Amino acid sequence: MSKPLLGVVLGAILGAIDGLTAWFEPAVRNQLGGIVFGSTIKGIIAGVAIGFFAKKFHSLPIGILFGVLVGAFLAFLVALMQGGYYLQIVLPGSVVGLIVGFATQKYGNTPAAVN
Amino acid sequence: MKWLSDDKLAHLLGVVGTKYAFVKELGRGGMGTVYLAEDRELDRLVAIKVLSAPEVTDDLRRRMIREAQIIARLEHPGIVPVHDAGTLPDGRIFYAMKYVRGSRLDEYTAQGASLNDRLRKFQAVCDAVAFAHAHGVIHRDLKPQNIMIGSFGEVLVMDWGVAKIREDPCQSAVYNTSDGTIIGTRDYMSPEQARGEIEIDERADIYSLGAVLKFLLNDQKVGKAAKAISAKAMASVPGDRYASTAELSADIGRLLDAESVSAYRENALEKTWRWTAKNRFLVLLVLAYLVMRIFLIFTSRR
Repeated sequence: MSKPLLGVVLGAILGAIDGLTAWFEPAVRNQLGGIVFGSTIKGIIAGVAIGFFAKKFHSLPIGILFGVLVGAFLAFLVALMQGGYYLQIVLPGSVVGLIVGFATQKYGNTPAAVN
Repeated sequence: MKWLSDDKLAHLLGVVGTKYAFVKELGRGGMGTVYLAEDRELDRLVAIKVLSAPEVTDDLRRRMIREAQIIARLEHPGIVPVHDAGTLPDGRIFYAMKYVRGSRLDEYTAQGASLNDRLRKFQAVCDAVAFAHAHGVIHRDLKPQNIMIGSFGEVLVMDWGVAKIREDPCQSAVYNTSDGTIIGTRDYMSPEQARGEIEIDERADIYSLGAVLKFLLNDQKVGKAAKAISAKAMASVPGDRYASTAELSADIGRLLDAESVSAYRENALEKTWRWTAKNRFLVLLVLAYLVMRIFLIFTSRR
């Protein structure tokens, strides 16, 4: 699987799972659908960015760092819109970015150069 | 014919006819003696194998020439190259080959090589033997003592003296087992070779490779997959072995990459364990994520 595609798939899956954990939060349980949708979109956006970054830069540490930063930034924007829950949103978002950053560098295929 | 002593040989090698200067004896085999010599024209050391047997027959001479021809035809990084062949002043046939600095596979393992190193070297041996098989040559005497590990880690398969060329019209005249002669080394010999069968094929070498692998795994802590590869290669019935050396090499590659091997069927637990071991960092990340999630759920409820 190409790095951008792997980033999108993994970002979507992890984003959805991340959103589903809101079920454990009784205060926002009634908004679960919207949270899962938003979290999945956030995961896809992060996955695209991290995947294309991994395609350009072949470095595991830099890929992980980029993943964390993108994940944290997007999660921060979401928390900003929510007006709270910074820790509950930014921390998991960063770890999801870290996982996607690692996976795209480690498992994504780089197409062979064509002359 | 009267044989010359090493001293006389040294003298002759140094002064008469050839471009080689004798340095020392490296070893003796059933058919020949291997000397270290200096190629004075190219200013390099070479190993010279000189025919030396108690009774030199025309068959032995032909066999020696054939050995040189077999190695010369097998141009591969894993097969020791022949530089020259000819006749010494006393009439003995010789051939000069690359002098490999390093240690034999059995010595290399005794130096404490890791399991992965051993498997990589073994894979290189398989690749060299697969190349020989693709050119119709069966080694028939593969064993750790016939495999050299060079000082840069290169792997070289040596001693093709009893090799068989498939569909070689000269084969029967030179060296086959039509008289029931047993060729090979007992611990590494396939059952069909041990029975002195005439019609042996590449699978005899695959058996020997399995025995070499068993030797390499002997003092190591290995999983069932590695043992299964060796056992499959060493199946007593040739049809139960790997169909080709390339297949054996591919299974070793999969073992090195922590993938499932064709010789061993894993159960679900073993599959999961292997996948987890291979992807331990990813598993740790996911676990860390789950722990953090649980932590956040509990802290937000307080």
